[in-house]
Amino acid sequence: MESKLLIQDKEIAVPGEILAEGMDFVPGPGTYRIGETIVASRLGLVQVDGRALKLIPMSGKYMPKRDDTIIGQVVDILFSGWRVDINSAYPGMLNIKDATSDFVSKGADLTQYYTFGDYIVTKITNVTSQKLVDLSMRGPGLKKLKGGRIISVNPSKVPRIIGKQGSMVSLIKEATYSRITVGQNGLIWIDGEPENELVAIEAIRKIENEAHLAGLTEKVKEFLDANKSRIKEVEMKPEEPEEQPERFERFDRERPRYGDRPRYNDRPPRREGDRPFNRRRFS
Amino acid sequence: MMYDLKEHVIKFLQRGLRVDGRKPLEYRDISIETGITKNAEGSARVKIGETELIVGVKMEVGSPYPDTPAEGTIIVGAELLPLSSPEFEAGPPDIQAIELARVVDRGIRESRAVSFKKLCIEPGKKIWMCVIDVVTVNDAGNLFDAAALGAMAALKTARFPEYDGEKVNYKKLTDKGLPIEEEPISVTVLKIGEHFIVDPSTEEEKVYDARLTVAIMSNGDLCALQKGGDAAVTEEEISQMIGIAVDKSKELRKHLSAI
Amino acid sequence: MRSDGRKDDELRPVTAKAGIIKRADGSGYFKVGNTEAYAAVYGPRNLYPKFMQNPERGILRCSYNMMPFSGAGERVRPGGSRRSKEISLVTEKALLPVLELSEYPNSVVDIFIEFPQTDAGTRCAGICAASIALADAGLVMKDLVSAVAVGYNKGRILVDVSKEEEDIEGMTDIPVAVLPRTGKISLLQMDGQIPPAELQKAVAMAKEASRKLYEIQKQALKDKYHSFEVGELR
Repeated sequence: MESKLLIQDKEIAVPGEILAEGMDFVPGPGTYRIGETIVASRLGLVQVDGRALKLIPMSGKYMPKRDDTIIGQVVDILFSGWRVDINSAYPGMLNIKDATSDFVSKGADLTQYYTFGDYIVTKITNVTSQKLVDLSMRGPGLKKLKGGRIISVNPSKVPRIIGKQGSMVSLIKEATYSRITVGQNGLIWIDGEPENELVAIEAIRKIENEAHLAGLTEKVKEFLDANKSRIKEVEMKPEEPEEQPERFERFDRERPRYGDRPRYNDRPPRREGDRPFNRRRFS
Repeated sequence: MMYDLKEHVIKFLQRGLRVDGRKPLEYRDISIETGITKNAEGSARVKIGETELIVGVKMEVGSPYPDTPAEGTIIVGAELLPLSSPEFEAGPPDIQAIELARVVDRGIRESRAVSFKKLCIEPGKKIWMCVIDVVTVNDAGNLFDAAALGAMAALKTARFPEYDGEKVNYKKLTDKGLPIEEEPISVTVLKIGEHFIVDPSTEEEKVYDARLTVAIMSNGDLCALQKGGDAAVTEEEISQMIGIAVDKSKELRKHLSAI
Repeated sequence: MRSDGRKDDELRPVTAKAGIIKRADGSGYFKVGNTEAYAAVYGPRNLYPKFMQNPERGILRCSYNMMPFSGAGERVRPGGSRRSKEISLVTEKALLPVLELSEYPNSVVDIFIEFPQTDAGTRCAGICAASIALADAGLVMKDLVSAVAVGYNKGRILVDVSKEEEDIEGMTDIPVAVLPRTGKISLLQMDGQIPPAELQKAVAMAKEASRKLYEIQKQALKDKYHSFEVGELR
């Protein structure tokens, strides 16, 4: 059978739609092979990369991934750590030893570190096949967020909002004199002068709505220039240097498929007392 | 965190701004569409910004209350559908829905918007009961004002079904509209810190201190009030809030009058 | 010719939209004739109480509900009936085969289906709207689901029966949901009498009609994201 592409590059595909026939094409993320056809497994934008077909998701809730830097909110305090809402179906667990290098005695009041309602920038260190999520505060840029506000965007748009090497978000930060932290889970923290903050949010919404259009950076620059008169110039408080997440094009990564096991050899060596697969650790 | 959000909202209000960029006393865009469902005797869809709800009116024949044998009545129900917000749960109406329904009911009842006397079919025996159901489609804040607006729009466009003295024929509507004699408008004013706002968003509804829903008749008189929120308010604050409500009601009335 | 002028295999006018309820994770609208359905999907989200969680796959919960003023005749009392509970169940079973819920262990996907106005074929319209909503919510799915009710009366098979036709004495009502890519059937109910051979024909006609519905559902989803089609990806 001759191989044939049934959909154009950059077209929207719906779940179950047959994208290509024949064995010459290779299924990438968001697609799978049935017999001699390649089928979309979710709604997304088709990207044809030579022989590889993949789908860029346009919507959907955040699914936790290891090494993602995210924003979460403390929702519960347990014996040995915190339960954190990470804008996903699954809560994250932050253990004391991953939160502070202090010695914390048994039964100590954990609210002195993080308390109910606190927003934190945190990193996912492990996700099990049952979606137990381990978090850590050890790393540059990981911190408690004070003041400001949280807005949420679709997680699939985050790579565009961050931009290459953080270029897009830096552009907005500089133009609006606002402090912005983008979590890969679609939560964004912003703090600035009210007028400036509104321009920053409008710019972010613009990126969210036009995430897949060409020349996005130019458009955002134009938008920020056009709104310059609304901006109040303020002196920025020195900010501790913020580490941007290393990888930006998250959708390039293969998502774990059904039946995938966590890759044990990728995990850091076990330490004593570290029982990552014991589900009852925190209860 | 809600505490932080409140501080942030107040920081904006001190500059005369809302967190969504509006002015404190600015409504979002309002639209009213009527006759949106053919099985109701009257219906309306109201949108305020992204908030959307549907109101339907069904006419039923029933027996009068013993103390008002020659008067028909209205019954208002509200359902906060779990379809319309992640925060609403399935099940019987909770206190939030009950309050919404009762506040809408009071505005219509006390302004004598519908003439109960003219809803009487046979004194002591048969009356028209006008059942008004409010259902939410998308809750982005300010359901109170939207529901009141929708209820009046649905009532204004409602028609009596055919009735032969024994059975209501819902398949045939007559040309006769309901006896509408007044058009109350509901405006909810919120107090956050020292500031007053109207038409709250979901975020603002999470951080307000006090709330006052004011139903206003076409001559500017008040016909129903409902104070909500955890904080108490002073007399001066009440008169300020009522002043704002009366002022804003003129803007909302234009939308209702256009129907 | 049918009472509303349609041919036997003709659907009523159909409109579909995606993403109409902003607060939901995904939403769909489906109107066929005077039957109008809204569907909202919330999830995958955290499931409590915990004993309901399934560590191997997410669970699906469906709720079918008619708005109080949506029915022909008297007001529908709110609060759910035996009928709405049963339809919720068969709707859930109609949608389950396309969902890859093993991607979402321990969580729940909630679907709420509501009708502002009804004129027969509600469960099918609800399934069509829900399937748009599930895709809009970005869930991993094998396919969409399209559904239509066919009627059978005195040797005649009618596609997409209206309330008026449904009320005809002796009309057999057969709602069918089809998975478009494989042609498998995920909902089949019947109310009334029919010879087995005629049932086969009726189901075949339902499948044929569902193909048209599928194209409309597909288009609704593509239209929502249309603005992204233009332009170049960098």
